[in-house]
Amino acid sequence: MASAVVNVPATTKRGEIIEIKALVRHAMETGFRRTQLGESIPRDIIRQFVCSYNGVEIFRAELHPAIAANPLLTFTTVATESGTLAFRWTGDNGFTVTESAAITVV
Amino acid sequence: MTSRRNFLIAAGGLGLGAGGGSVFATPAAMQDAIRTVVGNAPVRRGRVKLDMPPLIDNSNSVPLSVAVESPMTPADHVKAIHVFTEKNPQPNVVSVFLGPRAGRASIATRVRIADTQTVTAIAEFSDGSFWSGSASVVVTLSACLEEGLI
Repeated sequence: MASAVVNVPATTKRGEIIEIKALVRHAMETGFRRTQLGESIPRDIIRQFVCSYNGVEIFRAELHPAIAANPLLTFTTVATESGTLAFRWTGDNGFTVTESAAITVV
Repeated sequence: MTSRRNFLIAAGGLGLGAGGGSVFATPAAMQDAIRTVVGNAPVRRGRVKLDMPPLIDNSNSVPLSVAVESPMTPADHVKAIHVFTEKNPQPNVVSVFLGPRAGRASIATRVRIADTQTVTAIAEFSDGSFWSGSASVVVTLSACLEEGLI
């Protein structure tokens, strides 16, 4: 099962503002919770998300424990040229997930 | 009335020892977090619309969207949007960085909300100004400190 899902329109017109949705599977353990034995559960979250359009960064987010599990980010960009949108999530304990989507601009 | 849960949370907080204190961020902590981002620049109200459901049943996953009025041109655009809470354990929620290529200064995500409180979004514009918008939410079931799920 894919651990990341992105939603990008496959084809769009040049200059159109497109909406991008990026979802990744992650528990986003806050570090504030405790087990029933009172031991604190260490923090394990995604710290950063970056979206690049043909190699140029267009959107970046810094996440904190207040982001819900399985972080979903919705944002927009102007469709400038055909190519690839690359998504990258990085977090605690060496967590890294990458995903990409092709877009055709006519 | 002190419920068993609140008592346990308070007891847990005491157990942290020196530097413990309240587990929750206070409005003062939120102000500090905001100052870290904006510095000494004034933050004006307006231009930022923070949208959240006013009544929250499941605060482990609350939809949050921020829309900022901006032409998003290279000369006049939103550089960043920061979201802060008063009563979560930490005041920072998310910071996003965008630019004129975004086309629209509009983002959405899902957040955890610990308690009934006011959530604030601050937008940083390319001219160096800061504008803010906020939303009040009422929580019926708290996130972040829920136990018994493990």
